[in-house]
Amino acid sequence: MIVYIVRRLGAGVGLVVSISILAFLLLGLSGQDVGRALLGINADEAAVAAKNHALGVDRPLIVQYVDWLLHAVRGDFGRSWFTSETVTTSIAQRLPVTLSLVVGVTIVTAVVSVALGVWAATRGGAVDRFVQILAIAGYALPGFLVTLFLVVVFAVNLRWFPAVGYIPFAQSPTGWLSTITLPIIALSIGSIAGMAQQVRSSVLDVQNRDFVRTLRTRGLRTRSILWRHVMRNASAPALTIIGLQFVGLLGGAVLVEQIFGLPGIGNMTVQYTTRGDVPVIMGLLMVSVIGVVIVNLLVDVLIGLLNPKARATA
Amino acid sequence: MSEMLQTTVEPVQDTARPRQRRNAVVRTLTNPLGAPAAVVLVVVLIGVAFASLLAPYPLDHAALAEAYDPPSATHPLGVDSAGRDVLTRMLYGAQNTLGGAALALAVAMLIGIPAGLVAGYFGRGFDSVSNWVVDLTMALPPMLVLLASRAVIGPTVWALMIILGILAAPSFYRLVRGVVVNVRNELYVDAAKVSGLSPARIMSRHVFTVVRAPIIIQIALVAGVALGLQAGLEFIGVGSSPSTPTWGAMLNEGFQNIHRAPLLMLWPALALGLTSAAFVLLAVALRDALESRGAAPVSARSRRARARFRTPDIAQGDDRSDLLSIRGLTVAYPDDQGAEREVVHGIDLDVRPGEILGLVGESGSGKSQTAFSALGIIPSTGRVTGGSVLVGGTEVVGLDETGWRAMRGTTVAYVPQEPMSNLDPSFTIGAQLMEPLRQVLGLSRAEARARALELLRAVEITDPERILRAYPHEISGGMAQRVLIAGAMSCDPRLLIADEPTTALDVTVQAEVLELLRHLQQQRGMGVLLVTHNFGVVADLCDRVAVMEHGRIVESGPVTDVLTEPSHPYTRRLLDAMLEDIPIPEPITAEGGRA
Repeated sequence: MIVYIVRRLGAGVGLVVSISILAFLLLGLSGQDVGRALLGINADEAAVAAKNHALGVDRPLIVQYVDWLLHAVRGDFGRSWFTSETVTTSIAQRLPVTLSLVVGVTIVTAVVSVALGVWAATRGGAVDRFVQILAIAGYALPGFLVTLFLVVVFAVNLRWFPAVGYIPFAQSPTGWLSTITLPIIALSIGSIAGMAQQVRSSVLDVQNRDFVRTLRTRGLRTRSILWRHVMRNASAPALTIIGLQFVGLLGGAVLVEQIFGLPGIGNMTVQYTTRGDVPVIMGLLMVSVIGVVIVNLLVDVLIGLLNPKARATA
Repeated sequence: MSEMLQTTVEPVQDTARPRQRRNAVVRTLTNPLGAPAAVVLVVVLIGVAFASLLAPYPLDHAALAEAYDPPSATHPLGVDSAGRDVLTRMLYGAQNTLGGAALALAVAMLIGIPAGLVAGYFGRGFDSVSNWVVDLTMALPPMLVLLASRAVIGPTVWALMIILGILAAPSFYRLVRGVVVNVRNELYVDAAKVSGLSPARIMSRHVFTVVRAPIIIQIALVAGVALGLQAGLEFIGVGSSPSTPTWGAMLNEGFQNIHRAPLLMLWPALALGLTSAAFVLLAVALRDALESRGAAPVSARSRRARARFRTPDIAQGDDRSDLLSIRGLTVAYPDDQGAEREVVHGIDLDVRPGEILGLVGESGSGKSQTAFSALGIIPSTGRVTGGSVLVGGTEVVGLDETGWRAMRGTTVAYVPQEPMSNLDPSFTIGAQLMEPLRQVLGLSRAEARARALELLRAVEITDPERILRAYPHEISGGMAQRVLIAGAMSCDPRLLIADEPTTALDVTVQAEVLELLRHLQQQRGMGVLLVTHNFGVVADLCDRVAVMEHGRIVESGPVTDVLTEPSHPYTRRLLDAMLEDIPIPEPITAEGGRA
């Protein structure tokens, strides 16, 4: 198991480094004159050159990258070109907002999808049809359109929730709940649509396996066969989907944070990327990719724990 | 939503002949989902094609005095905050919105499909490199990449759509590669190779016909998703310049003015929702049309076709065994048309305490179904349609799961055919042996463990402590079958039902397992119903034998009588086959497996 984790971790680090190289090159190749952009069209050449020198962007790209990497591994992503804030600090301030959103969505998705999926697989009927329709609807409607619909109905018309704004948990837990609930629901609907369907088909698949029939002949309770044996064997595909969805969730968070005015890293991405603030873009990209790698590692470890065969062969 | 960029449809096997394929188009268009979806797409495409003709005003027309005017004769959909006609902007917006999505789609296909073909067909180096690239792309949140790219290339939505196309390419790549890898190994491709056709010819002629259908479905799906992402980018204002009309930008404007003029948001939301949904619903309808190939909806017909339950005539003074007694048992499964087809046609048999009855027949003769009905484990699609089954004196036909639970393990137990697939791969042998001991017999953890060790010793496993801690994949097939026999013995059943218990094992192990079964049976005085296709096993182990053919028992009696003087021609044929050492043919049954 240790070997397995170390290997997955190694692959993850390789992925992060590859993406950082690629992103740095592409961003550097844009040929943007940062000093000019900062100082304005009327600044003289010498001042622009001095500014570029101060930012270090007059060095060869490879030197810039190595310098960036050496700082980045210590958690230092440099300073924003435009605001001079430390990138790490800016991200750290906004990360809790996005994390509460993404973690909340993952929990809601897991709970609701397992409930719906298991019900659909074992009882069939109306719930089964609902899960099937939901899966299609989740594909068919753009997530942000669903979000807008929720805002218009529950925030603008019914006024159950505030339409915009964010209250930190530390400041007021109930306030936090009122500002985060609707965004979480909005982002969860799409994830549940995909996940419930996956849980349903995994459960159906495992239920038809030979060992489930044999377990029944041993006189075990139906409930314990379902929750101990079927669910454990059905969990791997569902967990894989959670890992895949996480990538999309980060994108979805960008739109949802814009719509609800949540000061998270999605919101920050829109703000800073439009200005071409390379240190911030690199920082955000790295945090997201590291997040994706960590989630996928967790998923792999969980699958390994639940499934001894995967552990042995991986 | 954007994770769907990277999901791939299940490859649909388009095995339909050309004539049927034309039917698939018809079926898609007459499908309750497909028809409205097609209509919506046609309307939208007409709007795109003839925007400049249909639009009531020129694109740059604005009259600030009319700003926020509701729909009227001159402005069918109203006027926006800058005094521009909404219908005009919707039509031109459709051009930009769908154009953007189409560009992304085209790029995704141009990269993904050829790469998938090459990777799947040639494999090796190209395959591993492109798989690595795919892994890399899949770890990138598309929205973030798009935003970062915008920083580099500036606010041109078309360039962003090319990047979106690159990000969506893996979904085509994986789909095509998967299908091609399967097709590559097909015989007709080998034949084409041998006859000297070039790889390009083979790919375009043979491979492409197979991947065509799933690609069409994937196109519709990706189109829907690309549309959503494009509109999303425009909505947050990072797409094109503000004056360019797009549905996403119009949505944003409507959202800003939600209190003043809610209708401004409604039109683009409707257009976007309907178009996006139309793409996906069309994909679903296409998939259904290609998959079903004319199978009728089953439920209504099967309910009509269900035969009434037949109660058997049981003669007065019939000497029924109090261990297992079957009278007039019929079992039926639904066929392709949804009608019930009987596979067991009313059989009678008895197993008495301490007796081993062999139930012999070829695959598909219904012997396993008979065994399953005595355990209450007939697969959920099938059912017992008539007869009486007494297990330990209790009528079990129609018994519910709670009733069965009281019988299973203690009265009747089961040894399956294939040892490996009948152990739960996720639990240790110990956990699987102890669970019934604790649930059924109510033993404590320590007691259950002691009992499990004892059981493993009873099935002649020499190292029970190690096996208890092992997972199923860590032990051999013969060992697994011993574990399953131990599991069947665990709650001291009076009746053991063994379904081909040695068929999946090596010849040397077969003899050992049969010996073990005989030993356990004599020791515990169990009755055994032994299902087998092998007369050797019957001769070796059984007291009596019943021969089954096509769901009927054609002959039964003491083993010596049946073996020496078979009365039914079918029995004779089976015996001859065995004596000549010819394996009894195992025809593929209509159910697609063994019965």
